[in-house]
Amino acid sequence: MKHHLISAADLTKDDALLILDTAEELASIADRPIKKLPTLRGRTVVNLFFEDSTRTRISFEAAAKRLSADVINFSAKGSSVSKGESLKDTALTLEAMGADGVVIRHGASGAPHRLANWVRGSVVNAGDGTHEHPTQALLDAYTMRRRLGDLDGRRVTIVGDILHSRVARSNVLLLETLGAEVTLVAPPTLFPVAVGTWPCEIAYDLDAVLPKTDVVMMLRVQQERMNAAYFPTVREYSRRYGLDGRRMAALPQHAVVMHPGPMNRGVEIAAEVADSPRSTIVEQVANGVTVRMAVLYLLLGGSQPAVGTTRLEGE
Amino acid sequence: MTYLIKGARILGGSPQDIRISDGVIAEIGAGLDSGGAEIVEADGLVALPGLVDLHTHLREPGREDAETVESGTRAAAAGGYTAVHAMANTEPVADTAGVVEQVWRLGREAGHCDVHPVGAVTRGIEGHQLAELGAMADSAAHVRVFSDDGHCVDDAVLMRRALEYVKAFDGVVAQHAQEPRLTEHAQMNEGEVSGRLGLAGWPAVAEEAIIARDCLLAAHVGSRLHVCHVSTAGSVEILRWAKSKGWQVTAEVTPHHLFLTDDLAETYDPIYKVNPPLRTKADVEVLREALADGTIDCVATDHAPHPIEAKETEWAPAAMGMIGLETALSVAQAAMVDTGLLDWAGLADRMSVRPARIGRLAGQGHLPEQGAPANLTLYDPAARTVIDPAASVSKSRNTPFAGIELPGRVHATFLRGRPTVLEGKPA
Repeated sequence: MKHHLISAADLTKDDALLILDTAEELASIADRPIKKLPTLRGRTVVNLFFEDSTRTRISFEAAAKRLSADVINFSAKGSSVSKGESLKDTALTLEAMGADGVVIRHGASGAPHRLANWVRGSVVNAGDGTHEHPTQALLDAYTMRRRLGDLDGRRVTIVGDILHSRVARSNVLLLETLGAEVTLVAPPTLFPVAVGTWPCEIAYDLDAVLPKTDVVMMLRVQQERMNAAYFPTVREYSRRYGLDGRRMAALPQHAVVMHPGPMNRGVEIAAEVADSPRSTIVEQVANGVTVRMAVLYLLLGGSQPAVGTTRLEGE
Repeated sequence: MTYLIKGARILGGSPQDIRISDGVIAEIGAGLDSGGAEIVEADGLVALPGLVDLHTHLREPGREDAETVESGTRAAAAGGYTAVHAMANTEPVADTAGVVEQVWRLGREAGHCDVHPVGAVTRGIEGHQLAELGAMADSAAHVRVFSDDGHCVDDAVLMRRALEYVKAFDGVVAQHAQEPRLTEHAQMNEGEVSGRLGLAGWPAVAEEAIIARDCLLAAHVGSRLHVCHVSTAGSVEILRWAKSKGWQVTAEVTPHHLFLTDDLAETYDPIYKVNPPLRTKADVEVLREALADGTIDCVATDHAPHPIEAKETEWAPAAMGMIGLETALSVAQAAMVDTGLLDWAGLADRMSVRPARIGRLAGQGHLPEQGAPANLTLYDPAARTVIDPAASVSKSRNTPFAGIELPGRVHATFLRGRPTVLEGKPA
């Protein structure tokens, strides 16, 4: 493992499998009455959130606390510029407080790269602009593996705003590493111009892809895309690219439906799909904590085993 | 003061002596007698005409924390320049006779190189109403180049009128070609790298569409158009076509667009953030060929100083631009001469003769010959320098060439017979 987790591309197949396997081990403690391990006792994790994201922040917070780390939540909504303090000065402040790990969510692509120049602790990217969100990809892979087993050769379809999606970028990179076959589906306006160079297939017709899909992942349509001529109307988008009951029926029996949340019910995903047994959406949230525990443990925990100190095993 | 330059290779030719006296080149020949002149040993040095920059941001008035006329022109002299055109996007904007005369006067007082203010095309470079172009032309600053640089004159009617109007005093409109709607929030060249990095793309077509329109407008009204900092292969194709029609279109390219590519953004270090953005290797190759064959007329630095904090940020909020006066000749040598695309005479044409002609500067851009104004640069092409931002003469440090070894070093610069740089140091 590297010192930071900034891009899914930083992970070799061995790294990724180590994280997923570690998460499997850690999952066992979620069923225990006391869901806490002493592994990161005395370590400080800072959640540095420049964007509102309650779900991601509490996921990281729960992960760090279950490993007994001290957690500092540093919420700095708005850009660093409008706030008046630069990212560099914020970084130097964290450095002075002795942060062992910094979990950063930022509206500017590349902010975690910049932060890593200014702090000694491990930087974990919790979503940067329209670039990447590697722990989301890890929790998605973990969720897929739990439902479907080994991902090698599995066909994953990701549908929606690929152009602006950090979830899509990280998933394409990680799933490629894990041997899955990814197809991206979107209206042509919501693909990057050079998407042809990405290690995946692209398609404009969702109906043609669904019967050959093991996993379909629906991306959120952001409010700000709706009036910027990426598509004529929300209803047309929903008709052509939304996952409703009819489309879900076209999936193979074993296929699962994913969504990184938060959902626009009735836009990219119908309520009956979101709430169906095929949906992994609630599992994804629970798995998020487990996978982030594994990431924090492997980045900050040093050489001790994650689970398996004799005292805990005896419990 | 009389100087005798010993053994300089004029435009890369065989070694000759050059006597400078009363601001002009008095004599050129072998084994000239010193006759009491100050001797400048130039063994191995190439003598070039003093360089002329059509595109410099001196930041004064308004952003003296980044650069002043004094510091910027000192940097220009250190880079071998004897004339620079100071862009209009200062605070206040250079859109009146008063502001252009202030900049011109500050240049005269500093004395490091000639400063020719560029006048804004529109008031406040806001793109709504023409600035008083005639007043700036008639002022002591004698403005002939007009530009809203940093902003595109995207209104086709306003651009047409500006092109027409400046004909009255043989002016030229230097367009920053950037279609604004296609580049809203744009951060870097739109392509494989921008898609991967999640940085909003800046499509080549946003530049090319404006250049095509402006060439057609210039042809329609019979005016001179100059295209600033051309950055794409497609732009070159349009310029080649416009020139083939005999239209009065000229263009410049920056040293950084001749040398650097968009994959540098992978570091997310905004030192590589610039407008227009760095493009691909294929674009760089076409730009070099176009400069060599004359489709692109000249090298212009787009020297854009910024204080440290404007670049020590995330990519998106960082300022666009890079400094370039002190490294331009070295980068041009690496890109054009060392690659065999241009010889020294060719480079002198692209970095001095043609830009002086476009700017209508009578006293600049003369090849070194007897009777010519003694604007000269003595350059050591064999030197190698690892670029150290802390060593820059400019007030700012935002060079994209930090840590890169570049060829060549300016040994001396003469402005009308007076050294502004000697032994590589400001005189």
